[in-house]
Amino acid sequence: MSSFLQAVIDGIGLGAVYAVVAVGIGLVFGVMRLVNLAYGELITAAAYTLAFLSGAPSVVAIAACFAVAIVGALVMERVAFRPLRGASPATMLVASFAISFLLQNVYLLSFGSRGSTVGTLGGLNTAIAIGTLRIRWISVVAIIVGAVLLAGLTLFLNRTTVGLHLRASAADFRTARLLGVRADRVIAFSFAISGALAAAVAVLLTVQSPLVTPDFGVQVTIFALIGVVVGGLDRLATATAGGFLIGFATAFVGDELPSSSSVYLPSVVYGLVIAVLLLRPGGLFAGGRGLSAERV
Amino acid sequence: MRSRLDPLVTVAAPVLLVLVVALLGANAGAVRKLEFDDALVNTAIVVALYVFIGNSGVLSFGHMSFVAIGAYLSGILTLGAEQKNFVLPAMYPFLRHTHVSTVSSLALAALAGGVFALLTGIALMRLSGLPAGIATFAVLGITANVISYWDKIGPGVTALALVPESGTWTLAIGAVIAIVVAFAYQRSRFGRRLRATREDPQAAEASGIHVHRERLVAFVISGALAGFAGGLLVHELGSITVDQVDLELTFITLAMLVIGGVQSVWGAVLGALLISGLNSFLNDAEQGVHIPFYVNLPDGSRLVALGVVMALVLILRPSGLTGGREVTVGGLRRAAHLWRS
Repeated sequence: MSSFLQAVIDGIGLGAVYAVVAVGIGLVFGVMRLVNLAYGELITAAAYTLAFLSGAPSVVAIAACFAVAIVGALVMERVAFRPLRGASPATMLVASFAISFLLQNVYLLSFGSRGSTVGTLGGLNTAIAIGTLRIRWISVVAIIVGAVLLAGLTLFLNRTTVGLHLRASAADFRTARLLGVRADRVIAFSFAISGALAAAVAVLLTVQSPLVTPDFGVQVTIFALIGVVVGGLDRLATATAGGFLIGFATAFVGDELPSSSSVYLPSVVYGLVIAVLLLRPGGLFAGGRGLSAERV
Repeated sequence: MRSRLDPLVTVAAPVLLVLVVALLGANAGAVRKLEFDDALVNTAIVVALYVFIGNSGVLSFGHMSFVAIGAYLSGILTLGAEQKNFVLPAMYPFLRHTHVSTVSSLALAALAGGVFALLTGIALMRLSGLPAGIATFAVLGITANVISYWDKIGPGVTALALVPESGTWTLAIGAVIAIVVAFAYQRSRFGRRLRATREDPQAAEASGIHVHRERLVAFVISGALAGFAGGLLVHELGSITVDQVDLELTFITLAMLVIGGVQSVWGAVLGALLISGLNSFLNDAEQGVHIPFYVNLPDGSRLVALGVVMALVLILRPSGLTGGREVTVGGLRRAAHLWRS
């Protein structure tokens, strides 16, 4: 029983991290219909920053990590995605892959394939024992950070003018522009927020797996993207729920299954993904509305 | 202005280009030859992708599963009997005891790719947009996972080695076959109907076109070509591992297609050959090369430069180098005119 409870807590912890990634991807998609595969490389950049500032005070390292991710996201938007605005979503997707490929190889060339280790906040990886239950601090922190970020973002989107502009652009970009929403500012803002979320993800992930390699952010991005589509890309809430679900499932199943029978686990997960998409093409939580228009 | 010679020119241009590359490859040194062979196989794979993605406008991340199945089947069937008993003792007897020639193994690879595409396509072709992309990606995930661990159908994560290698001309003929099939399909009524659904699904459906069926036809032809190209790949390399036909190849070949121009055979062929050529050149440049002046790139910078070029082309020419146009008589005239002036 206690091992089951532990798997649930680990699941919620990882689910929170994936939910944050899902918001980062979903926010940019909502505004400019871009599926940013290079999002993982923002997470990697933030994680490298933490690794190189391991000796510095945690506050400094984390502040620098946020700065790098936000500036990186803004530069990415300005240099790569602004010229592509209005291109077909397929072209934007492949372009974001090209940028992801480019950045991974820049990291490989600059920092080597052996990886750098992050020391910041390593203490959070220790566990507290409650009876037979062992909970790692990082799971608790991930849940709290995830909840605070999502709540803060919801308030921001619903209570501020910029948030209103963001939501309007996500609903109908052209009409929003006609009504006076400034496109460049809204898009830059969504990238900045997604960069900040990438930094938060990097802080949480490096506690659990401190070794930062050039492909550090790839897996979490691909999995979150799958979760986002399974949940329903159309709305931020359903995308976030999908991201949470896939993170929860990964950690929970990984804890519960013995490793000998888990070699075919990816096949089972992918099979479920296909089944969900066939039965609910608009997403698991999309409330029965199918995706009517082609998005990519 | 259209010319009656347009169809001929449209198919001849990419075929000629492939033959020129093959001619250069056949007369090149042993090391250089590998790079030309690689370019020819990439061409076949990208043309296979084009048949579905270019004509339907639906993105597929799953085509490397057909390439993988073609590569493994073709490789295993051409392996010598004693090697197979030694390397793959756990495999199903009918696979272990069958031995066929390279050409028949390529035909079987195409058949296997087509059948697998039919089985997955019946369900998946109902999807479009990003759900279709993710679902096809999931098919690739399953294929790679199963090939890695099921020792009754293949060597698992270890490499399938000692496969008989084919010469440059075999690979070139393979690429030409892929181009001709792609061209025949796009000229057929099936190809025209599918392109109508690409431009406007609602209008196409209203004109009595069955979107699901047209997509399925293209998916099966495309899957068969991908299986065939996988057979070429294993006979080019002489060995194969799962990693070679997984995510990286998926994205590189997709990038080749998009860079060339998604909506034409010419774009597919040009994209595949240019990026392969660039890759080879950068490989040389890491060793030091004279292109009037001496260039010597630091080790590992090849992939960075490749990424920069891919990103630049996509940012500056989002519809690809060819803009999705085929070679036509009118186009050639205009090009000749520009050349003279």
